[in-house]
Amino acid sequence: MPRFNVFKTFIAGLLLGIAIVGGVLYTVPVVNQHREASIISVRTNGGNAEIFRISVPMDRILLGAAGDAAAVPPGLEWPDDVLFDDLNAEVFKLRNARDAVVGVASRVAASRADGGVLIEWVLHVPARGSAYVTMRPEALEGGYRSGDLRHGTREFLSLNGTMTERWVPARQREGGDETGAAGQGQIELEVLFVAEDRPNEQSSNEARPDE
Amino acid sequence: MKYLLALLLGILTGGLLAIAIVVFNPLAAAPALSPVEASDNDLIVLNYSGVAEDALVHTNDGESSVKPQPARVQQLWEPAVRQTDLTVTLLSDARNEPAGLGIKFASWSESTKLLSGQVMVDSLWYVYMPERGSFVVGQQENRFEYFRDIVLPAHWSSSDSWKGQWRGNLTSGPGSLGTGVVAGGSGEFADLRSAAIETLTARAYSTESGPVAAEGQLTIEVPGEPVPGEPATDLADTASPADASAPVAATETP
Repeated sequence: MPRFNVFKTFIAGLLLGIAIVGGVLYTVPVVNQHREASIISVRTNGGNAEIFRISVPMDRILLGAAGDAAAVPPGLEWPDDVLFDDLNAEVFKLRNARDAVVGVASRVAASRADGGVLIEWVLHVPARGSAYVTMRPEALEGGYRSGDLRHGTREFLSLNGTMTERWVPARQREGGDETGAAGQGQIELEVLFVAEDRPNEQSSNEARPDE
Repeated sequence: MKYLLALLLGILTGGLLAIAIVVFNPLAAAPALSPVEASDNDLIVLNYSGVAEDALVHTNDGESSVKPQPARVQQLWEPAVRQTDLTVTLLSDARNEPAGLGIKFASWSESTKLLSGQVMVDSLWYVYMPERGSFVVGQQENRFEYFRDIVLPAHWSSSDSWKGQWRGNLTSGPGSLGTGVVAGGSGEFADLRSAAIETLTARAYSTESGPVAAEGQLTIEVPGEPVPGEPATDLADTASPADASAPVAATETP
């Protein structure tokens, strides 16, 4: 009889062990992405505005272009195929307005088959999702360039809107005068996203008559 | 005392049994054939090397078994990007000719549930194909089978490596049929809304350096012009409710 009781205790332990492991796997998150507090302002005409910044060259992960002696990172073997002659690809760390890294972003510029210019951004924020933005090639007054959100994942999936990019050169002192430091500065990205059920069918670059 | 020992032994056995059930859960198997591969529509197939050393750039937090490439590339050590891998790689066509540039952002997903066989990764491919255009593929990957069939056996092996032949479908969503969502950006893909899958073929894996011999493949469905009188039944309709009303691109066979 005592041997039977020991066996029953073992079975109880067995079930307890299964329950413990199951409970731990069910309740304890395996992945927990770090989140920075979002810094979003609400616009009077609707939609949310958020600013991302990229410090150049500090945040540059990749700079790849044909024949570019200043390729980043050192040791990068950029393809010498003629197909990629006019391609310029950059990848950066992405910062929020408080200068904290919140994600990574890519910017690809190339010539299009129709003679135009393609400039596209992908913003990837691990805790929130990704946004794919195609820019209009022409620069606006003030050094801005604007574009449209073409696709988003997760938090950006149901959003619609625009993004502007602007190059803000770093200032440096030379003989008492303040001038722009060559190749140093910040890329400022301002996104204006608004929730919408339908995708923006007017956002196609191809459909724009001004290109 | 013997009751306590029996209880502890039972808990230990039960725990191991539960782990074994999770790891070898037969219900967690992914379907062998993806609906994209069985589609009647045209397909764009892009191949890439699954070995980090073959990529133009591969970076992560620097603590993974897969080392950043080139060695002096910036690492993603900041808390918000520590669980993210970034790969920039050449994509080739079926004839192994360069076809484009791919940038893959992949982050471990908080929807990971080991109990139900889900080791999830949220990833997005940006694909640029010279003279043709660009698009993105947003997807959720389930790497459970990859870990179960390759990574765990490699760690259990006395040689700290795995060799064999493994082919798996990484994509598990967000499309209801387990496909990723394709969104066109420019060129002939400007209005493209369709579905895609990513598969991986692995032949060797090392615990010290990650995949040693592996090839990845992106298969993108390209819906043709609908036949008059027939309803369009491309997989994009199942990919995302938000994309359901998007126009379908008329593109040529790659």
